[in-house]
Amino acid sequence: MIKSKSAKVGDWCFIIICVLVSIVCLVPMLNLLARSLSSTDALIKHEVYLWPKGWNLEAYSTVLGDMKYIRAFFWTVFLTVVCTFVSLTMTTLCAYPLIFENLKGRSIINIFITITMFFNAGTIPNYLLMKSLNLLNNPLVLIIPSCMSVYNMIIMRSFFYGIPDSLRESAEIDGASFFRILISIYLPLSKPVFATLALFYAVGRWNGYSDALMYVNKDIFYPLQLFLYNILNNINSVEVTTQEGFSTPGLTESLKAAIVMFSTVPILCIYPWLQKYFIHGVTMGAVKE
Amino acid sequence: MKKSTNKAPAPQKKQSFGVYMKRYWQLYALLALPLLYLFIFKYVPMVYIQIAFKKYSIVQSVWEMPWAANNGFEFFIKAFNNKDFINALRNTLVLNLLDLVVGFPAPIIFALILNELVFKKFKRVVQTIAYMPHFLSWVIIYGLALQIFAPSTGFLNMILTNLGFESVPFLNEPAHWVGTYIFLGIWQSFGWNSIVYLAAIAGINSELYEAASVDGAGRFKKMWHITLPGIKPTIVVLLVMNLGNILGSSFDRPFALQNNLVMNAAEVLSTFVYKNGIKGLQFSLTTAVGFFQSIVCVIFLLLANWISRRLGERGIW
Repeated sequence: MIKSKSAKVGDWCFIIICVLVSIVCLVPMLNLLARSLSSTDALIKHEVYLWPKGWNLEAYSTVLGDMKYIRAFFWTVFLTVVCTFVSLTMTTLCAYPLIFENLKGRSIINIFITITMFFNAGTIPNYLLMKSLNLLNNPLVLIIPSCMSVYNMIIMRSFFYGIPDSLRESAEIDGASFFRILISIYLPLSKPVFATLALFYAVGRWNGYSDALMYVNKDIFYPLQLFLYNILNNINSVEVTTQEGFSTPGLTESLKAAIVMFSTVPILCIYPWLQKYFIHGVTMGAVKE
Repeated sequence: MKKSTNKAPAPQKKQSFGVYMKRYWQLYALLALPLLYLFIFKYVPMVYIQIAFKKYSIVQSVWEMPWAANNGFEFFIKAFNNKDFINALRNTLVLNLLDLVVGFPAPIIFALILNELVFKKFKRVVQTIAYMPHFLSWVIIYGLALQIFAPSTGFLNMILTNLGFESVPFLNEPAHWVGTYIFLGIWQSFGWNSIVYLAAIAGINSELYEAASVDGAGRFKKMWHITLPGIKPTIVVLLVMNLGNILGSSFDRPFALQNNLVMNAAEVLSTFVYKNGIKGLQFSLTTAVGFFQSIVCVIFLLLANWISRRLGERGIW
C-alpha cells in the first residue's frame, strides 16, 4: 500500500516517541554504569552523567573482594534456584489434576483455591503463623511460604488445557496411568510455560525482600535485596568502606552503584532470551477461563 | 480458555467409588501437597484474625485470649482514633488513586503506539527495553532513583543546576515525593502491562481495518473506532481488578521508596502494619487494620465487578 505523506510523518512521530520512551527506560541504568566505573574525584565534582569519567574499576574489585557481599550473592543464587525448582514442582502438582473434568470434587477444589486469591488474612496473622510453625529466623521461611502462586498455577493450567486431549486419551487407552501421562506427555510439551513460570518465580525470589525483612533477623540469611537495602540506607556498609583510605564519599558512591549493578545483571542477562515465552504466559493468565 | 473439552474416556454411568478411586487416586495424591500448602499458609492464618477482636497475650492460645472491649471492636475504634492510621489510610487512597488515574492509561497508550510502528525489528527492541524495568526489584529502583533524583548528586538535579535552575527535592519533599513515587510506578510497569493490551490488539479482526481504510478512515479514526473498542473488554477487566485493589497496598514499593523526610505522605497501610505490628508488637491493633483492609478490598472488587456487569461488560467472573 502506498502511504500518503502525512501517514509517513505520523510513522516517524511514533518512532521518535518510542525512542524517547526507550531512553527514559535506559538512562538510569547507563547513569548507574557510568558512576560505578568513574573515579572518586569525578563523582565528588559531580561530573559523571552517562559516560564514565576517570576510568576506575576499584569499585568492582572492592565489591568482589567483600566476603559479605559475595556470600549474600551466592546465598541468593542458591535460594533462587531452590525456590524456582520447588515452586515449579508445586505448581505442576496443582495444575495437572485440575484439567480432568471427571475428577470428583474439582469444583470445590477450584473454589478452595480461588478464595486464596481474593482474600488475604493479612501481615500479622501470617507473621504469627510463621512464629507458631517455628519458621522465624529459619532459612526455610524464604522458601516454603511463597512456594506456589495461584496466579501462576492458572497460567500453567491454561497451557495444559491447550494440549490436545487426543494425546492424553490415546495414552489412557494404552493403559498409561495419570502420573505416567504427566511425565511422558505433558511435561515434554510444556517447555514454554515452564520457561515462563521459572522466570516469574526466579525474578520473584531474586527481587523479594519483604519476607526476609519481616521473618528473619540473622543477617547471614539476608537475601541480596535486603542486604542492598541496608547498604543504600547506610544501615550496614560494606566492610572495606570503613577501613582507612577507602571511606571517601566518592568511592562509597561508586561502590553503591557497583553493588546495585551486580545485583541487577543476572536478571537483565536472562529475560531478553525468554521474551517470546513470557509474553505468551502473561497473555494466558489474562484470558483465563 | 476452554473448559469443557477435557473428558477422560470411559466414564461408565454406574462406576463404583472403588473403581473410580483405583484409577483417580493418583490425581488426589498429586493434589495433596499443594492443597496442604494452601490450607496451612492461606487458611490457617485466618484463625489469627480473631486477634483483631481480642486482647493479645503472648502466653495464651488464640482461642483462649479474652475478648476486647466494646463487643470486641475496641481495636477498630482505637485504629480510627489513631492519627497515624488515618494518615496511612489517606495516603494509601491518594497514592492508589493517582496510580489509577495516571498509571492505568499509560500501558494502553503505549500499546497503541507500538501497534502503529512499521518496522517490526525496531518494535521488538523497544518492547525488550520497555519490559526491563519490570524485572528490577524495588530496592534496585530505589538505588537508581537515588542516583537520578538525589538533591545535589542526582543526575537530573546536576543537569538542572548546570542549566541554572534550582535543584528540585524530588525525594525529600512530600509533594514532590508523591510525583516521583507515581512516576517510578509507571516507569516500572507500563511496558509489562502493555503486553496484555498488545495481545488483545493482535486479536482484532484485520478486515475491520481494511474496511475502514477503504472508507477513508485515518490512523486516529481507526484507533478510536476499531482498536479501542476492540480492547475494551480487556481494559474493563483490568480496571475492575485495579479498582478492587484501591485500598490494597503492596509492601515492597512504598517501603523501599519512603524516607523519614516524607513519611507524612509516604506511610501507607502495609508499612504502618509492619512498623506498628511486627516492630511495635501491637498485634491486635494491626491485625484489625489488616482485616479492615482485606474486607474493603473484597467489597470493592465485588462492587466494581457488579458495576461493570451492570454496564454490560463481562467483568472478571
